[in-house]
Parts: sequence; structure tokens; C-alpha cells
Amino acid sequence: MSTHATTGQPSYLVDTGARKGLVAWLLSTDHKRIGLLYLGSMVFFFFVAVALGFVMRLVQLTSFEHLITAQTYNALFTLHGVIMVFLFVVPGLPAVFGNFFLPILIGAKDVAFPRLNLASWYFYMAGAAIVVIALFTGGGAPDTGWTFYVPFSLRTGTNVGLAVFGAFILGFSSMLTGINFITTIHRMRAPGMGWFRMPLFCWAVYSTAWIQILATPILAITLVLVILERAFGIGIFDPAKGGDPLLYEHLFWIYSHPAVYIMILPAMGAITEIIPTFAKRTIFGYKAIAFSSVAIAGVGSLVWAHHMFTSGLSQFAVMTFSLLTMIVAVPSAIKVFNWVSTLYKGSIDFQPPLLFALTFIFLFCIGGLTGVMLGALAVNVHVHDTYFVVGHFHYVMFGGTGFAFFAALLYWFPKMFGKMYSKKAIYASWFPLFIGFNMLYFTMLVLGVMGMPRRYFHHLPQFNTGHEIATVGSWFLVLGLLMFFGTLVHALFKGEKAEDNPWGGVTLEWTIPSPPPQENFEEIPTITTGPYHFPQESQG
Amino acid sequence: MSEPAITASAHADAHGIEHPGYGTFVKVWLALVVLTGLLVLMSHFGQSYAVWGLLILTPIKASLVFYFFMHLRYEGPLLKTIVLVSLGTLLIFFALLFSDVAFR
Repeated sequence: MSTHATTGQPSYLVDTGARKGLVAWLLSTDHKRIGLLYLGSMVFFFFVAVALGFVMRLVQLTSFEHLITAQTYNALFTLHGVIMVFLFVVPGLPAVFGNFFLPILIGAKDVAFPRLNLASWYFYMAGAAIVVIALFTGGGAPDTGWTFYVPFSLRTGTNVGLAVFGAFILGFSSMLTGINFITTIHRMRAPGMGWFRMPLFCWAVYSTAWIQILATPILAITLVLVILERAFGIGIFDPAKGGDPLLYEHLFWIYSHPAVYIMILPAMGAITEIIPTFAKRTIFGYKAIAFSSVAIAGVGSLVWAHHMFTSGLSQFAVMTFSLLTMIVAVPSAIKVFNWVSTLYKGSIDFQPPLLFALTFIFLFCIGGLTGVMLGALAVNVHVHDTYFVVGHFHYVMFGGTGFAFFAALLYWFPKMFGKMYSKKAIYASWFPLFIGFNMLYFTMLVLGVMGMPRRYFHHLPQFNTGHEIATVGSWFLVLGLLMFFGTLVHALFKGEKAEDNPWGGVTLEWTIPSPPPQENFEEIPTITTGPYHFPQESQG
Repeated sequence: MSEPAITASAHADAHGIEHPGYGTFVKVWLALVVLTGLLVLMSHFGQSYAVWGLLILTPIKASLVFYFFMHLRYEGPLLKTIVLVSLGTLLIFFALLFSDVAFR
């Protein structure tokens, strides 16, 4: 793809400046270090939220009140959602892999605004800290669910105001990262790297960044209105004062549905990098995948009210949004078809990242198809606010984004740390992960169709078997997670040295040493071909 | 090197772009005042007039501010397109919101 000379610079993991150790990391403006700061914090929050989910499953298995109170249960699902959504899945792939690899993939030495990049991480940590403080101050942990729906969120005595303020601060982190990435892609591509020579992960991050910039301010102002309404009773959303609670739902979902695409688009981008590398052939339908990312970002911003079909919308709006929702399935399906077509007649090298990428496609298809079912009005009114929605959401967010995060981590881990993990241990971790995941969430889909409402502390006896299966599934899932991350942590300290290009990839990150040098490239490379130009493929 | 001369009617910035004089800014300001007055007037006729007045006149006011005071007029096509995309997005959001509010 490019000309490049091996660099003589030290690795980015080595402190060469005046600052050493933790201080050097906390004040670093190197995009790679900032990516790792995000990675460390996110994995921590991820496990906190996993623990909360685990307790919720135990509650559904046992005789409820012996473990926790109903009020605590409400706080648990709120926190689980807030932490997973705002602290793990939304920043997830862009903040970690976007930060680390976007500049390298376009042949740049850093992002456009390195200091702003570090500031984004501090905003993220500040927002997270405020959310944590909200748990133990005021009226205690919020009990509204992660959606903070009014009018309950205006009236509850729990500490909703501070938690919402934390989410508001997190929004700044997201917007600043988006601005940084857009500027970087526009201004810092290496010579010869036209738009259609960019790796498709960059297209995905680019589309995501636009959603971050356009949609996040709407959530920010909505959350400010909730705070003002709680503090001063201004009456925007409170029906008792002439306000409109549906307006809150509109404003919340105008952000939060596109946020689903903030979560999934970079995941799709990472999968699009992985598949050609392990099929040893160029991506099928480059432009179709690039434009489908933009289309998902665009159309995905216009479907928000399908979360509100039973809230009392006008029938006209319900029909409009149901139709628009169906349209989003088209660009998503384009991606899936192109991934599968890339694999077709490829020289498949079945390595752990590909296993997780294929698992992503399988689980995302279930998540996507149940999403189409939910988009259909006739089905939606029956399964709205049931476990079916919870199951669907987890198939998309965990089966989709989560497994893509794992796949991306496995794919880029040797490059990021210069160490190789035990492939056998990763394969071993896949089994409990996959089995546990489907036991847990497919059972939720079934429970939802049977009529089990979401967010209920108690359940009726006819749901016992389903809850038992789901809870046992959660044990397998947690076991798989511990094995997966345990393997990676072990590799960090005791892993074998990784080669510079262990997978035979052809994008720019594989042309530099593992771990990458401080300024990525000795000289900015000159790009002469498309991103997925496999020599062995050209030779036939 | 001498300072560029600024006249009452127009001046050129460092990039040689002609900027309007104070007269244009005063006219735009007067237009904003008139539009604000119109908004206040419409609000006296009832809530629906106030809402429609806000929805129609406020974007016009914002556009004037963008175009003259924030110098969008002198920017290249890329920046103008970005602003138009943002405004277009907002309009689509409004239209979709009204598919609910207007037919409820």
C-alpha cells in the first residue's frame, strides 16, 4: 500500500521526556497513550456494570427480597444501563481504537488537536466521577432507568440531577472527540490517501463523529432542561405545569437512537478491517460499505420515535417512523452481505480475531432482525417494554458492539502492546462466552414474547424456567469474560513478543513496529494504492 | 508596512476579502430589531401564532446573524455547506417532530 522505512524511534510505551511513570501517562498528548487510558478506564467500568448485571440475574433466580430491596433493584438496572451505555459502549471503539489507530491508518503522526484529545479523556473521567458521586450523595442512586424518563425523573427523590449532570459532562468528551476525528481525517491524511483509499474503519469513525457532533448537543440541552425543571420547576416537561412529557422522549431519543449507531458503526468498521486480513483478499464493495456507514449515520438519525410507539404518539408519526426504521435495515444489510462476500473464495486464515468477528456477524444479525421486528408497529405494541426489547438491545450492543470490541482488541492487541496472547486460551474463552451469551439473551427474547415485562423486581411463576436458564447463562458469560480478559492481562506481562505483522495485514499499522514508535512513522508514508491491496491476491 | 486603511463603507482583511461597512451591519441590526418586534407582536395574538412566529422568524434572524455578523458570507463553499447540512438536519428534526405534534 505504501512506501515506508522502519523507524529508529523508541516505542510509545517508553518514557523519554522529563516526566516518568504515571504522571507521564496522565499528561501525555500521544494519541496512542490516550487510547490506552480510555481502554483501562472503560474495561474497569465494564466490569463494574457486568457485576451489577450479574447481581440482577441472581435476584431473578432467588427469592428476591433476601438479596436486595426493590428500590436497590431499580438503582441496579439504572446504574447498569448508565455505566454500560455512557461509560463503555458509546465511547467504546472510537475512543480506544479510533484514538489509537485512526492517525496511524491515515498515515499521520497524531490527531489534529492532541491537547483537546487529552482534555476529552479528562471530561470522560470527570463525568464518570460525578456519576459515581451521585450514587452516594443526595437521595442516593438514581432509580429511573438509564433513559431518565419524565415525569418520574422530575419527582423521584433520588439523586437524578447530579447523575444527569455527569452524563452532560460525558457528552462534552464525546463531542470533542468527534470534532478531533473529523478534523484529523479532513486535514491529516498522508499524501496520496484520497477519501477512497482510506481504510473503512476511518469511514466508520468519520460517520460516527458527525453523529457525535450533531446529536450530542440535543441530549446535553435536554439534560440541562431536566436539571432546571427539577431545581426550578420551569414546567417544560411536567404535564402538571402544562409541559409535555413526550417532548422529553422525543429529545432524548433524537440523541439516543443515533447513539446506538455511535456504538455500532465503529464496531462495523473494525470488523471491516478484520475480515479482509483473514480472507487475504480485498474488501468486497468498498464504496458500498463506505457509503452505507454514512447512510446509517444519516437515516439512523431519523428513526428515533420507534422507541415511543406506545407512548401516545400520533398515528401518522407512528407510521412514518415505522417506515423509516425499515429503511435503516438496508445499509446495515449491505455491510453484512459485503463481509460475507469478502469471505467468499478468500484464503481464510482462521485466527481468534476472525472467530470473534464472525460471532459478531451472527449475533448482530439476530440483534438486527429482532430490531426490524420491533420496528414493525404490529409486533412492537405487543412486546414493548418486555424482555424482548432487553434481549434485542443486548444482541446489538453486547453481541454487536461488545464482540466487535473483543475482536478489535484481539486483532490489534499485538500491535498495541507488542505482545501475543495465547490463542488456545482465547479459543477456550469463546465457548463460555458464546454459550452463556445466547443462554442469557435468547432466553430473554423468549421471555419477552411470553410477556415478561422489563425492569420488574418480581416475576410470575410461569417465567421461572426462563429466568433460571438466563441466570445460568450469565454465569457462563462472566466465566468467559474472566477467561478472555485474564488471557490478555497474562499476555501483557508474560506474552511472547509479537511480530510487526502477525496477521499478514496490509493497512498502514502493519508497516510499523509493534508496539508503534512515538511518532508512528519515521517519514509520513506516500500512499499509492487502495487500503486492501493483497499481493498474493494480485498474483492470483 | 503601513496599516490597511479602514473606510466607513468597506475594508479588506488580511486575505484581501472585501467586508461590508458599518452601514450594512446597522441595517442588519435594524432588521433583527424589527423581526424581534414582530415576534413579540405575534405572541399577543395567541399561543399558536407565537409558536409559528418563533419557528419561522427565529431561523431568519439566526441566518442574518450567521451570514453577516459571523462572516459566513465570506467563507468558502465547504463551510457554507456544513452550516446548511446542520440547518437541514434541524429542519428534518422539526418536520418529524411535527408529524407527531400536529396530528396528535
